[in-house]
Formats: sequence, C-alpha cells, structure tokens
Amino acid sequence: MGREPPSQSQMSYTVEQLVAVNPYNPDILPDLENYVNEQVASQTYSLDANLCLLRLYQFEPERMSTQIVARILIKALMAMPAPDFSLCLFLIPERVQMDEQFKTLIVLSHYLETAKFRQFWDEAAKNRHLLEVVPGFEQAIQEYAVHVLSLTYQTVPRSVVAEAVNIEGVSLDKFIEQHAGWTVEGKSGLVSLPRNEFNNPELRRTSGAQSIPLDRITRIFPVLS
Amino acid sequence: MSSGGYEYEDGLQSSIDGGISYDPSFVPDPVKSFVVHLYRHIREKNVYEIHQMYETSFHTLSDRMFKDTPWPSVEAVAQYVDNDHVFCLLYREMWYRHLYARLSPTLKQRIDSWDNYCSLFQVVLHGVVNMQLPNQWLWDMVDEFVYQFQSFCQYRAKMKSKTEQEIALLRQHDQAWNVYGVLNFLQALMEKSSIIQILQQEKEGLEQFTATDGYDYSGGSNVLKVLGYFSMVGLLRVHCLLGDYQTGLKCLLPIDISQQGVYTSVIGSHITTIYHYGFANLMLRRYVEAIREFNKILVYIFKTKQYHQKSPQYEQILKKNEQMYALLTICLSLCPQVKLVDENVNAQLREKYGEKMSRMQRYDDESFALYDELFSYACPKFITPSAPSYDEPLVNYNQDAYRLQLKLFLYEVKQQQQLSVVRTFLKVYSTISLEKLASYMEVDEPTLRTILMTYKHKTHSVGADGKTISNADIDFYIDSDLIHVVESKTPKLYGDYFLRQIVKLEAVIGDMDRVKLE
Repeated sequence: MGREPPSQSQMSYTVEQLVAVNPYNPDILPDLENYVNEQVASQTYSLDANLCLLRLYQFEPERMSTQIVARILIKALMAMPAPDFSLCLFLIPERVQMDEQFKTLIVLSHYLETAKFRQFWDEAAKNRHLLEVVPGFEQAIQEYAVHVLSLTYQTVPRSVVAEAVNIEGVSLDKFIEQHAGWTVEGKSGLVSLPRNEFNNPELRRTSGAQSIPLDRITRIFPVLS
Repeated sequence: MSSGGYEYEDGLQSSIDGGISYDPSFVPDPVKSFVVHLYRHIREKNVYEIHQMYETSFHTLSDRMFKDTPWPSVEAVAQYVDNDHVFCLLYREMWYRHLYARLSPTLKQRIDSWDNYCSLFQVVLHGVVNMQLPNQWLWDMVDEFVYQFQSFCQYRAKMKSKTEQEIALLRQHDQAWNVYGVLNFLQALMEKSSIIQILQQEKEGLEQFTATDGYDYSGGSNVLKVLGYFSMVGLLRVHCLLGDYQTGLKCLLPIDISQQGVYTSVIGSHITTIYHYGFANLMLRRYVEAIREFNKILVYIFKTKQYHQKSPQYEQILKKNEQMYALLTICLSLCPQVKLVDENVNAQLREKYGEKMSRMQRYDDESFALYDELFSYACPKFITPSAPSYDEPLVNYNQDAYRLQLKLFLYEVKQQQQLSVVRTFLKVYSTISLEKLASYMEVDEPTLRTILMTYKHKTHSVGADGKTISNADIDFYIDSDLIHVVESKTPKLYGDYFLRQIVKLEAVIGDMDRVKLE
C-alpha cells in the first residue's frame, strides 16, 4: 500500500512520530482520528497508528467513534494477506462487534480468508454504501486475489481469474496485461502466471539459504585472529 | 447496591486478618537480622550476598514464620536500617509480593502497593539510586508489577461482589493501576535507561551489557538499565494481555531472542519472554516461528528442570512448561511441522497430548472442543483495561476479554479445519487431478479451488518485514488442472553447524592449554 503522494508525506511523518514518542498518551487521540481520515483520502496506510488509536479506544471506550473504527477495519481488509483485520478485531470489544456494519465486515473478511471470492464480491456489492467511502478498496482486494492466485497456480483458467478479481471480458484482458509476466495461452483459456518460489517450489531449493548473518560470524572472529 | 451485612462482614474480615495472630509492629529477631544484613550488603554492593538473602533467606523466613501472615510492617523495621528511604521502598515491594503470593490482598492494599511502585520507580527514574541488585530481583519487580496490574483488572471486573465502600474507594483512587500509568512507567524505564541504544552499541562493540549480565563493574548501578531492559518484556506481556500482539512483539524487537541475553539469565524472564513471544506469533498465524521458539525453550526446561527444583519459581516453571506444551500442540495441529521439534520434546508431547493431537486434526465438533480446551488452559489471563461505569447496574466483565480472544481464535481454527483433510490427501500423491481430488473430498471443483487457495493463504504468513513466508509442511502448485505436490525439505544449515563446532573446538583447546599449565 505504498501509494503515498509526496504532498502528504510531511503530515504522515509527524503523526507516525507522534505515535512513536507517545504510544500511551490519550491526548493524541484526535490526531489519530484525523489521520485515519487522511489515510482514507490519500490512499495511504499505517497499521501502527491505527492500532494505537484502537488501543486508546480500548482504554477509554466512551471516546470510541464507530465510524472511525469502520474505516480502520476496511483499511485493514485492504491490507490482506497481512492479518491486520484480525489484529484490529482483537482490540475491539465484542459488544461493539455486534454492530451491523462490523458484522458485515467480519463476513467479508471471512470470505477473503477462505478465498470465497464469488461470495465476497456479491456481499461487497450489497454493501457498497459502506465500502465506497474508502477509495481504492476494489483494487486492493484484486491485488490480494492476485497474490493468492500467484501462490497457487502456474496456469489457471481465465474464468477462475475472472471470478477472483471480479472483472470480465475486455477489462479482464487489460487487467491481465497490466500484470507483469501474466499471459493468456492461446485457445486453451488458461492464464499463465509468472513463476515464484511458491507456485514453483523448485526455485526455493536453489535459492539456498546458505547465507549466515554477519553477527553469527563475528563469534568466530577471536578464533580466526 | 450491596446490603449493610456485606460491609459489616468485610470490616470483620479485616480485623481478623490484621488483629489476632498478627502484630505488624512486632519484629522477631531473625527478621531484624535479615533486614540489617540485607541493608548492609546493599550498601556494600555485594550482589552475591544480596542474591543469597533475597533468593534463600527471604523464602526460608517466609516459610518458617510468615506462612499465612504478612511480614512485619515497614514502619517497624525502618529503625534497623537507618530509616533508609530506598531500602524501605524495596522492603515494602517484597512485603506486598509476599502478601499477594500467600494471602489475598484487600483493595486498600492493592492501592498502597501501586503507590509503592510509583515511589520506587520514581526514585529509579530520577537516577538517585546507586545500588547494584541481582537480576533475579529486578526481574521479579517488573514481573510482579505487571502481575499486580493484571490481578487488579481481574479484581475490578468482578463488580457484582463489590461493596459500596469498595466502589467508593475505586472511584476515589481511579489512578491506581490505571493502564496508562502502568504502560507509561514501563515505557519510561525503557527510555530513561537508554537500553535500546545500549543494546545497539553493544552490537557495534562499543558497550558491554550482555557480557556482564547487565551488571556494572565500574562502580555504577545496574538498576535502571536492567529494569529498563526487563520493561521491554513487561511491555510485551501487557500488550498480550490486552490482545495487542503486534505492538507487543514490536516492544521486544530490541532483544535478539535468537541469542542468549540478559533475558535468559533469569529463568522466569526467559520463560515469560518466550511464552508471550510464541503466543503472539501463534495469534499472528506465524506458526513455524512459534513452534521453533516453544521447542527451544521446552528443550531448555527439559534439560535444566532439575536445577530449579528448590527454587521458589519451580511451580511456576512447571506450570508454564505445561502451558507451552499445550500451545505447541495447537501450533502443530494447525501446522504439522513435527520435523522442527526435538526428540525429547516430541516424546513429551506424545505422552501428554498425543491422543488429543490426532483428534484435533480431524474436522468435527470434538476437535473444535479440544482447541477450545487447550487454548483456555494455556492462554494469558486477558484483561479489560478500562474502568467500569460505576453508575450502571453492576455486572461482572472479568471474562469478556478472554471470551473475545477465544472466539476469534476459534474462528480462525474453523477457517482452517478443512485444511487437514486436504493435507492427508496431498501426503499420498505426487500429482492428482482437481477432478479426482474433488470427488475424494466430496465437493465440486469450484469449492475445491477455494479450499486449495485457502490452504495456500493460511500456510503462508506475512513476516515482520512484510515478506511472505511459507509455513507449509506439504506444499503444492496447480498447473492447468493437475495438482503437483511438493514436500518441503528444509535445507540443512551446515554453515551454522560448522560455526558452532569451531567455537566448541576452540574452547576445548583452551581448556587443554590450561591443563598443561597446572
């Protein structure tokens, strides 16, 4: 999620710094709330700042804004495959999670976690009002789908890709084109994905982990000298 | 809320505790001698003697004379130690620790103990102490501070049984064991001690900390430095109690747990560190990391248990040992990387949980119940950090935090339960078509694809650096409609092996050289 426009970097730097210096200071709560809105507007993301805010809400539940929490959770969904959504839920009291909009987000997360993309996109379409507040949502989920497909397949039917990213026809061709190394294999309707160590474990073996960190080697310096 | 009878009972209770058999101002001779000597050793910075008195004499005296009463009050012993302010704070800290361990503290005592920690840490933070205290003691301070915080949160959350008096006292002392206060003390100790910079400089060879076990041999004090160091472990623990695993692990980052360190110099600290580190990784789905560290510490406990039999921490060691076996069972059931586990640990595991583990890998309600059971047994004592609203009807909420973590964990288990079925099939094939596997698993092909992608997603975690890490024992990839199975073989790290042998050989040669000299 590194789409950070340069004009915003000044601002984000200071809030991140605020969190680093005052991780347990209730006074920064309004700044953190503004920062969530800022992340939404500028399509940036800071898990640490958001966890810090959820922590302050956890300490002072009466100050919690469900609107802000919803935005944090949507942002966390967009960070898949990282477990950020769970990390946030761990900090949100159960009675708050009973709220309709949070229930919906939990269902959406479940579909993503279990790779049920068809159900996910159906459910997302029904809840557009909730999700469209956060620009870049669709693209972020599509990238997650691309990640899971890339872990799993060397070649995959076009229809499976279409379902996972929720794009069809010419747009899908464009989507495939935009991803480096993705090619459609002639008539078979198969999409060939670039090889990586996860869909082609042979690569892992040769990339051999025979490197030793320097600080381990320093242990034998006295012997060598 | 409560009836007058309750209050009366409470008053009666404290008069029994405080009055009949226990006279706080009576100082028996052994105690007199204990404080006089301990005070002298502290002034003389005799760490060895302090450690002996702290670890042995204190517990022997407690067993002999204060089995179910508190130690004499600090006011009564102050005269024997020149009314030394810092010594009195230390004495009080031990006094409360003993009280918490053997009796049940009243609300007033909980609040007083908090005040004592505040005074003690203030003194340390302002840098006016020049003592040298044993690591064991400094660790116990941080450990006890966090424990009493946790205990207070649990106590406060049981609102139903509170008397009006207690509620009034809670309202009045709303700063006592306040979560901000607790976290900020730990943070302040860490920052004021510059421990992070010290550890960094040590890496560059500019400073010694680990090599001297944190002690200062040039006349300075180790207290702030080592308290700051242990505070990082304290922060990890507090964040785990709050369900904030990511932040907890971040607090521990300055300590390299792949190596020995001051945290391994005290068994309690070693265990607490790894227990919470492993637990946090389990919750973050980094199972391989959790398995590795649980395995290491369980091997360590297995080999060194016998040396701790007489230690006051022995029971605690055994309990955490059992809990970590339960957590390891959970990890291995979700991610069967048995190859990562040492023979001895594996044998213990089979004995304790072998039968449960085979049932946990099935996909039914019973296996689900076992995850619930093991998690509940082995998880930290989660807390709700906020104070209740005293004006609303009083309800107990001491189980809320635990229930939430359990629910979310079981949710994760449910998402993964079908994966063990896939695994059993993958194990016996080198290639299998989607169609065939779908029919074996009695699902249609689109469903099978989602299951296989779930398998991939769940067995690949995102590491602390954002990189994808494979946790899969059995991996696969799909080409067209054929599944190719790949058994993961962890390459043997010969480099590390040779490094260790070189160091060992050098030590042996060194020993032999010394023999010649004699």
